[in-house]
Amino acid sequence: MIRTEEMLLNVGPQHPSTHGVFRIILKIDGETVIEATPVIGYLHRGTEKLAENLQYTQIIPYTDRMDYLSAMTNNYVICHAVETMMGLEIPERAEYLRVIAMELGRIASHLVWYGTYLLDLGAMSPFLYAFREREAIINLLNELCGARLTFNYMRVGGVKWDAPEGWIEKVRDFVPYMREQLKGYHDLVTGNEIFLNRVKGIGYYTKEEAIDYSLSGANLRCTGVNWDLRKDEPYSIYDRFDFDVPVFHTGDAWARYQCRMAEIEESLKIVEQAVEQFPAEGAIMAKVPRIIKPPKGEAFVRIESPRGEIGCYIASEGKKEPYRLKFRRPSFYNLQILPKLLVGENLANLIAILGGIDIVLGEVDG
Amino acid sequence: MIEHLLQSPPGWIHFLIFFCLGAILLAIVLGFVTYAILAERKVLGFMQIRIGPNRIGGRFGLLQTVADVFKLLIKEDIIPKLADRPLFILAPILAFAPSFLVLAVMPFSENVKFADIGVGLLYYIAVSGISAIGMLLGGWASNNKYSLLGGMRSAAQMISYEIPLVMSVIGVILFTGSLNLTDIVEGQKHVAYMFLSPIGFIVFFISSLAELSRTPFDLPEAESELVAGYHVEYSGFRWAFFMLAEYVYLFAMASLMTVLFLGGWNPIPFLGFIPGVIWFALKFSLIVFIMIWIRGTFPRIRADQLMEFAWKVLLPLALLNIFVSAAVKELFLK
Repeated sequence: MIRTEEMLLNVGPQHPSTHGVFRIILKIDGETVIEATPVIGYLHRGTEKLAENLQYTQIIPYTDRMDYLSAMTNNYVICHAVETMMGLEIPERAEYLRVIAMELGRIASHLVWYGTYLLDLGAMSPFLYAFREREAIINLLNELCGARLTFNYMRVGGVKWDAPEGWIEKVRDFVPYMREQLKGYHDLVTGNEIFLNRVKGIGYYTKEEAIDYSLSGANLRCTGVNWDLRKDEPYSIYDRFDFDVPVFHTGDAWARYQCRMAEIEESLKIVEQAVEQFPAEGAIMAKVPRIIKPPKGEAFVRIESPRGEIGCYIASEGKKEPYRLKFRRPSFYNLQILPKLLVGENLANLIAILGGIDIVLGEVDG
Repeated sequence: MIEHLLQSPPGWIHFLIFFCLGAILLAIVLGFVTYAILAERKVLGFMQIRIGPNRIGGRFGLLQTVADVFKLLIKEDIIPKLADRPLFILAPILAFAPSFLVLAVMPFSENVKFADIGVGLLYYIAVSGISAIGMLLGGWASNNKYSLLGGMRSAAQMISYEIPLVMSVIGVILFTGSLNLTDIVEGQKHVAYMFLSPIGFIVFFISSLAELSRTPFDLPEAESELVAGYHVEYSGFRWAFFMLAEYVYLFAMASLMTVLFLGGWNPIPFLGFIPGVIWFALKFSLIVFIMIWIRGTFPRIRADQLMEFAWKVLLPLALLNIFVSAAVKELFLK
């Protein structure tokens, strides 16, 4: 008599493909997933609680460590929230520096995603190629602010450092170089039959489901929803640039892949235009009081990070510390759909689906 | 000389000679494995804009693998408490021993060959099948869920791909009319069988990649899914045995491919002055290089797609190849 049993498999937190310390408890029948229970919180640091005892400028380094792959957007969201409350006017040059830094960060973040996703699917080389280009971006940002990962670059009212001599030219040269390399990425991976078989139709969800689960970023745009805060609720100076929002309609891992690759190209367009329009001189900081005290009240701002909508809510009592601070962390919200997607899939697809969501555990766990 | 020894009555001298010959073969193969690993790392490094090993043994890291193996030798040998102890110990041996056994029938040149048996090809295929048991056993005995999944995958993969592998060589057997590997090489004096039976060659090459569990068929040890597959609980020299088996099989499979399809030690026309062994080594290295190249390029295929590919694509192609080969033989080789 043959007897089959369900097996409980613990994937993570020490597992090469959970991108950090994510854990899923799987109930599997053979290799088919029957039930998936994600466990998060291994990297929880209580950023929001800590922030209640910190001055606003002191909170900025903590935001670097949330989504550590695109720290610039995190820096921006908190500065943007405080600036909105205080009604500050930001100098042109600072805005351009911010946009260039954020878009370079977006490209770097998508490159890491591209590399690690392909590594999850078993291809080694794309990872190293993607990291070569990411290294170039990180070197640029390093010249700008002296850090490679946790930049702590933006301040309430502007940016900390001005662009060094010749930096803008280097960024200008980087754009055609990156375009050239992108062609190589597509040659190596995009048309590969094995890769297409691994991603087409995998992790499919509809437009309605994506909205119900509050997904954002490429995870939303892959279902055909045209929603990008840079276009739909322009913040900073994004209304000055001409770029498209890549939207794909199949709603599977393949659409998410195409979406992110197209976003790299759009970001390059923005960087190119920002470098063209970059003001030759000007202040990089607005007139900001030495101790920042936003007026009593509350504010919520949201911007488009590489992973989706990142939001920042501040409740202030007019003191130098916030009364309450809350981040809407896109990875956390994007992860919610995972248990639903995994049911009925096998282990290999699990990796393809989880990787396709593009989570950063620092952000999921806060 | 071997013929003479085989005909004469057995004695201690014979045992000594055969033992020494075996030891020499072992040393040559281990030497190859050492440098195949280094070559793989170097070539991959070159393809991936890295340098590869460059510290131990001069600029080219010539002693890197030696150091790695030495490290594995002095590591603690861990056997999990809940593992099935006898099977856990037996598994690496069972995986490794057949990989050497198959080399006995491999003719490296007219003179360098050990056992020239009539059913050499059959022997190779039969013996190499034993390794799958070793891997399944290792996966089962470790009492680990990941290794169990890896063991199951590798057993399923080995069994599925052995069928197109065997089917694809039938064309060659048809041409030669013999299972003897030396006869097969002799039959390719004028034209290598890869030109006469290209479908067979392609099916054989793909199936052999799967048999060797190399990219894009490296599912049994897919590190991004199963951490390390069937050998996840193994450490130290037991683990090295699994790895060794894999690379010795690479050696054996590349040799077999050279013999069956690339004409073994037969030279390319007008270059006959170069000795046969060198021709063999060149053809053989080309195959190994292509395998490394594939590893640097492709992602991994999925388990269910792997099975579909074996049964729905490779097997029909292999059957077609038998028909085509028979037709080619009837029309051109009469």
